Amino acid sequence: MLPDERGYYGAFGGRYVPETLMSALEELGQAYQSARADERFQQEIDHYLSHYVGRPSPLYFAANLSREAGGARIYLKREDLNHTGAHKINNTLGQALLARRMGKKRLIAETGAGQHGVATATAAALFGFSCTIFMGSEDVRRQALNVFRMRLLSAEVVEVAAGSKTLKDAMNEAIRDWVTNVEHTYYLIGSVAGPHPYPLMVREFQSVIGRETRRQAVRLTGGLPDYIVACVGGGSNAMGMFSEFLGETKVCLVGVEAGGLGPETGRHAATLSRGWPGVLHGSLSYLLQDVHGQVLPVHSVSAGLDYPGVGPELSYLKDSGRVLFTTATDAEALDAFRLLCRTEGILPALESAHAVAEAVKLARTLTPAASVVVNLSGRGDKDVETVAGEVRQ
Amino acid sequence: MSGGRIAAAFERLRGRGEKGLITFVTAGYPNLETTRSLVLAMADSGADVIELGVPFSDPLADGPVIQRASQAALNTGVTLAAILALVRELRRETGVPLVLMSYFNPILSFGPERLASAAAGAGADGLIIPDLPLEEAGPVLELADGYGLDLIPLVAPTSTPRRIAAIAAQARGFVYCVSVTGVTGARSGYSEKLAGVCRTVREHTRLPVAVGFGIAHEDQVRVLAPHADALIVGSAVIDLIQGTDKNGSVSRVGSLVVELKQLLQKL
Ligand SMILES: Cc1ncc(COP(=O)(O)O)c(C=O)c1O
Repeated sequence: MLPDERGYYGAFGGRYVPETLMSALEELGQAYQSARADERFQQEIDHYLSHYVGRPSPLYFAANLSREAGGARIYLKREDLNHTGAHKINNTLGQALLARRMGKKRLIAETGAGQHGVATATAAALFGFSCTIFMGSEDVRRQALNVFRMRLLSAEVVEVAAGSKTLKDAMNEAIRDWVTNVEHTYYLIGSVAGPHPYPLMVREFQSVIGRETRRQAVRLTGGLPDYIVACVGGGSNAMGMFSEFLGETKVCLVGVEAGGLGPETGRHAATLSRGWPGVLHGSLSYLLQDVHGQVLPVHSVSAGLDYPGVGPELSYLKDSGRVLFTTATDAEALDAFRLLCRTEGILPALESAHAVAEAVKLARTLTPAASVVVNLSGRGDKDVETVAGEVRQ
Repeated sequence: MSGGRIAAAFERLRGRGEKGLITFVTAGYPNLETTRSLVLAMADSGADVIELGVPFSDPLADGPVIQRASQAALNTGVTLAAILALVRELRRETGVPLVLMSYFNPILSFGPERLASAAAGAGADGLIIPDLPLEEAGPVLELADGYGLDLIPLVAPTSTPRRIAAIAAQARGFVYCVSVTGVTGARSGYSEKLAGVCRTVREHTRLPVAVGFGIAHEDQVRVLAPHADALIVGSAVIDLIQGTDKNGSVSRVGSLVVELKQLLQKL
């Protein structure tokens, strides 16, 4: 579905930003519409996706995992095999090419897990932009490998020590930088969040995931999957996968949020499951907030899901009932991480492990006639220290 | 369109041929009792309009000074309801126009209609909502008009002429021209586009033009005042509150207001 003129999906979306940014958003919206209609731009993206990212990523039948789960057949959409190790690169290449078209010289981005930061720094190196990445100091600590990678790619990494020192605070600081340098800087948002047109643009750059999955599922299984499961931080890997299937009402779509220490403990990042509508980072969407409208500190073992907001289109899809949302706790994600390592020899990102946890739970309730596709959004090299730390505890 | 205290304040300034001074403090920083004393001191020292900042957890248009003040205020448990109670108290003691400056989410959470009604009832005169641009402001503008509150819009150096015309057309109270492309906070420069922006605003409205963001020094006042009907000073006020007790901050802020006011009167 397309948002309306003002960027609303039903009641959600819009542009809640300081006036300083409004002309830049108008300019971006126009530049994106013209690029979208330009066949050469699409061909350029396709070229980089196949020759640089390594697409299409496989849809892999995880026979051992399916056997262990003891029910439905589980398939993994292997976004972890992309160059830089996650789905994030699909979006950063698209937006970087757009930024080049717009004549911008500098890219800035927020990052949580560091995957979006690495993917942005990679696009900057490839196309010759200068690049600054904002990252909460807590995330700098727990995703140290990615910080090192970004610096190798000659990006400047700015540690943000404000607030909860995680993704939300990194995004505040990126927006402040953009407000200050908007005339020559392109803000490359990493999820389907933020003001219009970002949620639309990021979804469309990520929608290659769903298009490939449809083709591959038909080829492998003769039909569409019964269930598709994706983790939800801001929602970009989920929307990239789901958007292709929204019209296929027989396909059940499941989004998995970070349950943290348990949704009832208050220490989680389950925005759609536990929040209510509010405004943060430029759009009206579900938000984890207190009764005074102050944004709450959130928690997840996975830095990429540790965010109190969510993209507006997902809020719309929750209210319409088209997508079901559930949660996986830190402990369940860590178990799923180890399970996938042991059964398939695949280290998933902790973010993606939330989706694996739900897929295994779901598969158990089904028969081998049913199929479950998991969007394996990234690989887990960045998370081995966190996992080792959790094992020691 | 209250035609109330804000319009009257600018009317008086115009009569005296004087530029106005608008000051900003974060409500509840370091506590509401100090805010109360600061507002009264600023009014006594000659501030023409006073903005009360409603603290928010994620103030993305603000620099470090106001960020820290907001967080400190939130840590003491300040709420919008408590700030409205303070406005009611202040209104018994001063006639100075009071404007609430709040990010949108605390207002959304309180309920925009409930807020408009409560703010007007308490004696506030206007609202400034930095993350509610023209395109999103319609419903709040209607409520504010209905309760006699001025919804004061912002214009930036990056605003296009088309946007400025549209913003000016639905402005109330005054037009807040942001002097820099950037966040709040004291600095030395200002946008070279500012003069042009102020001129464009005036082509589209007869409302007063106030210029703010980053004003801290005498030379800035001299350069910016000719373009404006009033100047807005915020972070420089907060800076004086940091690291001193109530009496200290009240006397420092009072002297700053007196100095700035004298300077503006001489221009
Ligand atoms: C591998 C991976 N998956 C998922 C996410 C969550 O983001 P989104 O919900 O936008 O896909 C991240 C974010 O850092 C990530 O690195």
